[in-house]
Amino acid sequence: MATTTTSMTTTGVSWPARLRRVNWGVWLVLAVTTVIALFPMYWLFVNALTPITSTPPLTPLLWPAFKLENIQRLLGGTKFYTQWMINSLFIAFVITAFHIVFDTMAGYAFAKRRFPLRNLLFGLVLSTLMIPIHVTLIPLYIITRSLGLIDNIWAVILPGTAQVFGIFLMRQYIQTLPSELEDAARIDGASEFGVFWNVILPLCRPAMAALAIFTFVRNWNDFLWPLIALNKPQNYTITVGVANLQGEFMTDWGIIFAGAALAALPMIIFFLAFQKYFLEGVRMGALKG
Amino acid sequence: MRQFLRKHGWSYLFILPSMTTFTVFVLIPVLWAFVISFQRYSLARGGRWIDPFYANYIDAFTQLNSLFVRSIQNTLIYTIFTVTANIIVGLALASMIQPLSNRMRTFFRAAYYLPAVTSALVIGMTWAYIFNAQWGFANYLLRMIGLPPVRWLSNPDIALASVTLSAILTVPATAIVLYSAAMGSIPTEFYEAADLDGASGIQKWWNITVPLIKSTTLYLVVLYTIASFEVFERIYVMVPSGVGNATQTIVTQIYNNGFKDLNFGVASAQAFVLFLMVAAVAVIQFRFLRSDVEY
Repeated sequence: MATTTTSMTTTGVSWPARLRRVNWGVWLVLAVTTVIALFPMYWLFVNALTPITSTPPLTPLLWPAFKLENIQRLLGGTKFYTQWMINSLFIAFVITAFHIVFDTMAGYAFAKRRFPLRNLLFGLVLSTLMIPIHVTLIPLYIITRSLGLIDNIWAVILPGTAQVFGIFLMRQYIQTLPSELEDAARIDGASEFGVFWNVILPLCRPAMAALAIFTFVRNWNDFLWPLIALNKPQNYTITVGVANLQGEFMTDWGIIFAGAALAALPMIIFFLAFQKYFLEGVRMGALKG
Repeated sequence: MRQFLRKHGWSYLFILPSMTTFTVFVLIPVLWAFVISFQRYSLARGGRWIDPFYANYIDAFTQLNSLFVRSIQNTLIYTIFTVTANIIVGLALASMIQPLSNRMRTFFRAAYYLPAVTSALVIGMTWAYIFNAQWGFANYLLRMIGLPPVRWLSNPDIALASVTLSAILTVPATAIVLYSAAMGSIPTEFYEAADLDGASGIQKWWNITVPLIKSTTLYLVVLYTIASFEVFERIYVMVPSGVGNATQTIVTQIYNNGFKDLNFGVASAQAFVLFLMVAAVAVIQFRFLRSDVEY
């Protein structure tokens, strides 16, 4: 009896006592799957950090030489690599800023305020949540073309501001907040915007952090629409640029490895820095992978 | 009117920015795409109605020796194997890390999640290198155990299998995190009661854990099925040539018809076929959810 009670309280999470004694077989499976999970990315970085000017060695490299030659040749040989990084950063940043501010506002209105057409409008938003973006690609192309925005990074930014997931996420979150605080602020004479700004917004920080991370990662990694909307190399996003390296530097694999590795690096650093928020975001339903 | 605005003005102001972009870049495009799927559309002359009105839907399935039918088959094959593997691997790994200490559990969750933050495009590129026929890691492993090299991505008979294998070997990060959270929220009383009945660890796992996380399983099946229906980047970058259409999928077909051949009508019709497939999966999910367990 005493042993079962201690085993129940060690982690606070209940688990069958027999499975608690983790045997070497489980550790082996976990170790092997961790290697399988991380190996492709690791191997990419090994090759990127080892000077390679043509075909990679037939016996695969397993340890990097820690030399930056490939990266130097990448930055010297491609005219626009840093420009692609800047384009992607700018695009992801503007879209994220839009969603943090306006999805929180819309989520608040849909969650807490009563106004005519509220349910109809929210129903419309909700019903488009599952529609594949591929349905909208052709009209989007016609619309952005008639706005004169094809081959302009705003052709990527503007449709990006229309992703509806954030409205849904913020509404779900704000619905769980108690209404008493708002009522109290109103009695104290706060304006309607003041209620939102001073009462609701400070309480929304966890959901806003998850939304910001989700939006930033999603738009940094986005590929298909930028591929369609951007034609000139200087306007590419990092994903479109990297996809085109293979056509440009057919056999110079060092440059291609370096380009792909550097494109992945910002998100890996971002993840390692904000790991807790990422995994929290997955649980809130914000991230896919 | 003035009273109406005073009462509701702020509400509309709060939703105005998001509703504007939503209308222009989602709502109108979806409705317009539906119209275009019944039209012949050219950028110079706009859309013209066609006869019969459903001709694009016929063309979508019959043109180029019914290539779209083959693309749907390819997509379904990819989906069945990928989703099955993702669910099994996700459930198994989440169950294995559950009994570990908090610190170890966080470590494994992070390790499994790390590749998922990089773009599908870069992940596809790394798999293309691993499957490179000449210097790739996969053929190196075969050489080590004395097997002949395989043309993983250039042999039309196995290219689709190789792409699917790469998706199976990509650890399903979301499944692990969500399963992990669901298992952590199962009340301890269930296991204590089973202990009194003398149930073994495996029995408890199969009879308590697995049934109680059913709704998570269902959600993940839907999530991964829809994602697999929409597979594009991985194919685009691993098999750019399509090796004799062996790896054409629904979205590569929409992309080729729409933006290579500029056949907007047929591409839109195919996009709505994809939409119907996704909607069918969603409907099935809601059917199941109605009879869901509560605890």
